[in-house]
Amino acid sequence: MTPIQLVFLFVAFATLWAAFMVVTRNNLVHAALFLVIALFGVAVLFVMLEAGFLAVIQVLVYIGAIAILMIFAVMLTRGDVDDIPDITNRYAGWVGLVAVLFFSSLVILMAQWPSFTALAKPILSSRDTIVELGTALVSPNGYVIPFEVASVMLLAALIGALVVARPRKGK
Amino acid sequence: MLDQWLFVGIFVSIAAVFPLLPLVMARFLAPRKPNRIKQETYECGIETVGDTWVQFKIQYYVYALVFLIFDIETVFLYPWAVSFDVLPLFAVFEGVLFILILAAGLFYAWRKGALEWS
Amino acid sequence: MQIETALLIEWVVKSTILIFALLTGFAYTTFYERRLLALIQVRIGPNRTGPFGFLQPAADGLKLIFKEELIPANAYKFVFILAPILTVIPALIIMAVVPWGGAIELFGRQIALGLTDINVAILYLLSVASISVYGIVLAGWSSDNKYAMMGGLRSSAQMLSYELSLGLAFVVPILLAGSMSLNQIIEAQRGVWFIFYQPIAALVFYIAMLAEVNRAPFDMPEAEQELTAGYHTEYSGMKFSLFFMGEYMKMIAVSAIFATLFLGGYRGPFVDTYPLLGPLYLFLKVFLSLGLMIWIRATLPRLRYDRLMAFGWKILLPLSILNVFVTAVIIVVFGL
Repeated sequence: MTPIQLVFLFVAFATLWAAFMVVTRNNLVHAALFLVIALFGVAVLFVMLEAGFLAVIQVLVYIGAIAILMIFAVMLTRGDVDDIPDITNRYAGWVGLVAVLFFSSLVILMAQWPSFTALAKPILSSRDTIVELGTALVSPNGYVIPFEVASVMLLAALIGALVVARPRKGK
Repeated sequence: MLDQWLFVGIFVSIAAVFPLLPLVMARFLAPRKPNRIKQETYECGIETVGDTWVQFKIQYYVYALVFLIFDIETVFLYPWAVSFDVLPLFAVFEGVLFILILAAGLFYAWRKGALEWS
Repeated sequence: MQIETALLIEWVVKSTILIFALLTGFAYTTFYERRLLALIQVRIGPNRTGPFGFLQPAADGLKLIFKEELIPANAYKFVFILAPILTVIPALIIMAVVPWGGAIELFGRQIALGLTDINVAILYLLSVASISVYGIVLAGWSSDNKYAMMGGLRSSAQMLSYELSLGLAFVVPILLAGSMSLNQIIEAQRGVWFIFYQPIAALVFYIAMLAEVNRAPFDMPEAEQELTAGYHTEYSGMKFSLFFMGEYMKMIAVSAIFATLFLGGYRGPFVDTYPLLGPLYLFLKVFLSLGLMIWIRATLPRLRYDRLMAFGWKILLPLSILNVFVTAVIIVVFGL
């Protein structure tokens, strides 16, 4: 076993453990902190796949913005964050069963898909990968439509969020 | 490239251990004589009234929400800026259009009073 | 992937050197600030401990180690101890991508002065800056103190707001250099520093970075008239000094980043012939930038919170969007 595989196993198990803790903690802020650990583990996995751009984006957007938003929401709304006595209900067993079934069927399906075990093709270019990414994002043969649609979608998300979150006048 | 990231990893691990040293040192050197009065919540000598977790202004949350959206938008600009000098004119203006949509979002938030602190 | 032992040793040695440089820098920035503030206010400042007061930081450190550390009875103990640690870590690791000089020859090996050179260095800086909010939010939340809670919320909302302008100010040097690697950005400033091409971006960056490290006039969390000490009201002893350390290390780090992006980094006369001059030039630029920060603190009063947020969202952010837009158009039209 190479050192890099050892690191991978360690990070993967830490990520799964943190993800498990997220859904089992009673204290909401603790759950949010475990979510941060899980997201950070995913960032490290991106680095190990030599996807440095995705890794820093993972930290910047997920840890630096989305998780912060969640912590803000917890801080602003609930009085007592660890006053939830029991986080399971009577359907917990059924839900667990469905989750296990869903996961195993996904694994079986994925294993039959030929590209699942295929290795990534190396980029046939001497240029930096970021330059390749930037060119692909805005070139007509690449992803220019998703790129522009993304910006319009974010605008729509902004408008929707403000309509929902803004206090109404006169109330 | 992975080598460079491994270096970041080593540095992060060293940096994560480093702040523990002064805390451990203080644990052995600093006096520890806690009592009830000392451990009370500090409110300039007045006893604290009520719960700390009162409902705060929703405006903090609105700022964080608007921040999240703009943060994702600026992230898209970085690869575009890096490859700027190898892009054809058409692609350059795709990015400029993107910036304009970003500005439109800011304009909307402004007009709707989401940036108002009141 | 095979890593030689020598390379591994080189990395560990360089990391240790950087951490100790930051630690010394932190100690002497506090001294520098006190002496310079005293000079501006026509006082003397600390001058008794050692020659010219040079041992003052050591005396302060010793004093703080022997102080009792209080943890409020109602605080969430684990998060309360975690928060100062989480403040120091980003302040340290943000320096990982900033180069201090060219390459030198030592023991028959080519050694680059600087820890790493990753191709997404600027985004790395931004993401580390974005996680530095955690220490403040968690300190405010775990203290169970109304001042701390208010201070933590205020300063985290402030950091989020100014981070956007910071991020957009980063785009301009990338546009000019065509790369996110800090080494290549420094190479691109071989002729003219970017501050001369882009004074507006440099100004936006400097203001946003003052807000990001919570320095005056944006030191909202420490508005002592209204919030006592903000998010670190309940902290004492070594845990308080970790917050203090984090703040001053961040000051040094953002000054180094500013120097790298806009002032040519480690470049200066004769640096190609004598690479060891590189760290010296960088030190000089950081020293001047820190002096400017202290001068600003001595001159400007603190902003009121609503004005501070309005300034960030209604002046700085539109200005930085406009600046990226204009820069992109000018580069295309004039083909720079």
